Amino acid sequence: MSRAPMPYSQKILELFRNPKNLGRMDDATVSAVAGNPACGDMITFYLKVTEDEVIEKATFESYGCAANIATSSMLTEKVKGMKLEDAWKISWKNLVDEVGGLPTVKFHCGVLAIGALRRAIRAYYKDRQAAPEWLPGELTFEEKQALEEEELAKVLSKRMKTTEDGV
Amino acid sequence: MKAEGFNFMIGNIKELIKAHEGLKREVYLDVENGGIVAKEVLESMLPYFNQRGYGNPTLTHKPGWEAYETIVESAQKIVGFLGCKSIDEINFTPGETEANNLALLGSTLRMRGRKKKIIISEVEPLSVTYAAEMLKEYGFSLTKIPVDSEGFINLQKLEESVDRDTVLVSISTVNHEIGTIQPIKEAVSIVKSKNPEVIFHTDASDAYGKIPFNVKDLNVDLATISSHKILGPRGIGALYVKENVNVERILEGQIGTQRLWPGIENTPLIVGFAKASELTFQEFEANMSRMRRLRDKLIDGICERISEVKLNGPRGEKRAPDNVNISFLKCEGEALTIELSLNGVYVSSGSACTRRILQPSHVLVAIGRKYEEAHGSILMKVTRLHRDEDMDYVLEVIPKAVGRLRGITGSIEAG
Repeated sequence: MSRAPMPYSQKILELFRNPKNLGRMDDATVSAVAGNPACGDMITFYLKVTEDEVIEKATFESYGCAANIATSSMLTEKVKGMKLEDAWKISWKNLVDEVGGLPTVKFHCGVLAIGALRRAIRAYYKDRQAAPEWLPGELTFEEKQALEEEELAKVLSKRMKTTEDGV
Repeated sequence: MKAEGFNFMIGNIKELIKAHEGLKREVYLDVENGGIVAKEVLESMLPYFNQRGYGNPTLTHKPGWEAYETIVESAQKIVGFLGCKSIDEINFTPGETEANNLALLGSTLRMRGRKKKIIISEVEPLSVTYAAEMLKEYGFSLTKIPVDSEGFINLQKLEESVDRDTVLVSISTVNHEIGTIQPIKEAVSIVKSKNPEVIFHTDASDAYGKIPFNVKDLNVDLATISSHKILGPRGIGALYVKENVNVERILEGQIGTQRLWPGIENTPLIVGFAKASELTFQEFEANMSRMRRLRDKLIDGICERISEVKLNGPRGEKRAPDNVNISFLKCEGEALTIELSLNGVYVSSGSACTRRILQPSHVLVAIGRKYEEAHGSILMKVTRLHRDEDMDYVLEVIPKAVGRLRGITGSIEAG
């Protein structure tokens, strides 16, 4: 079985050791979850949003690997002070670049972090029954990717169970 | 985006290694995946690289004859430890993976397309599981015997599964991940009484040098053993093939001193394997009972100090003396291996995140662990070189590491 150490960047190691903006936010305006514990990757994002739609504070909790923790931490730092509209535009590729690159098998950590952020932004407007022009009505490609990641984990788990049952 | 090339990896790995500077102690517990070669073993190997026996053992010159003599002597030692008949039954291979493939494919491929049946257990190492699954492509049917919550095979299911078409049964003597010692002698007798023609293979890599293991007593036909699991060098193992049991080569090439594995024998590694075996079987009982004590010190210490943990595999005499496998809930295994590494404790995890295939350990799933329990699992193997101080250090480091990571998990309901 392959248990090779992942070639993580120094930035990831740094954020893994000293994650920023960690923990549940009790006075959050909105929160959202991506992933699930069964697939070993789960992120909760908490946003405190001002009246003029600026992210005043973002925190996270993560049940996941070092890449998951680091990308989540990075994203909370990145969105602080951003307008929701600008935060919406961050792609997981930007995020992966900013943590100094990720091994291919860890791209899904970036995908899930962005997925959680966009869910939180959608939840914010849904709570307010508002729909700004820039917010697409349909799920974006990146949101679908996050959903796919969650689905994929389920499919893999199921497939494995079937194999385990024997033939 | 940065390209994920070789340079990218090397650069990052240098930084990862540098992050470990100034550690006050290091404890290596990942013998499952390769590891430290005992000092005496290394010393025994060195002359064979350039001073004597460095020639090809089948050639007619002094370095060749020396190599031949050395290989025969080394094999004889292993014959003694395994309790088999002669060195003709020992086939050195480059490791456990190759020996398992030789056992499964070499004993069956000639019967391809004849609708024959292979039986393995649900908790075999991947070199057995994948080889068996490959045989399905060649027209064999494959049955996997289930295990209970401690990893013991269901003997009744085994008995029901063996039929006239069964040609091979492969069940490990000791489970490589959770240390379950299987009732192999009973399994062999059940299989043989239903169909005496069946070839019984056991991967004994985690049994050889760890529990009493004698091929004659167990009546197995094929047995895999591996050097690195007993502090020998990596890259060498062997398949025991009982006299008159029909196994064929799976690789072709120049045949040297052994029929089943072509190519030039690696004399220094064979010497190291024999030396590691000798050292392991010296004061065997004393070493094993110390390892058992250290194993239980680790298990009990973790269970006392940390809440929400689950031991994987049985306790006591039916657990291999070296094996510690524990699931830490609300804590992901890959993150935990890195956190422990940064504190000088080197272990592996059954988490999907540590694997390229992103699937959790099939062994833990087979014993009924939930995915989140498998993701938080840590495998540690103690060796005869470990001391109480090592375990004390590990018990100091693990609770802190788990505590920090559980802080990051926070209120997420995981496990």
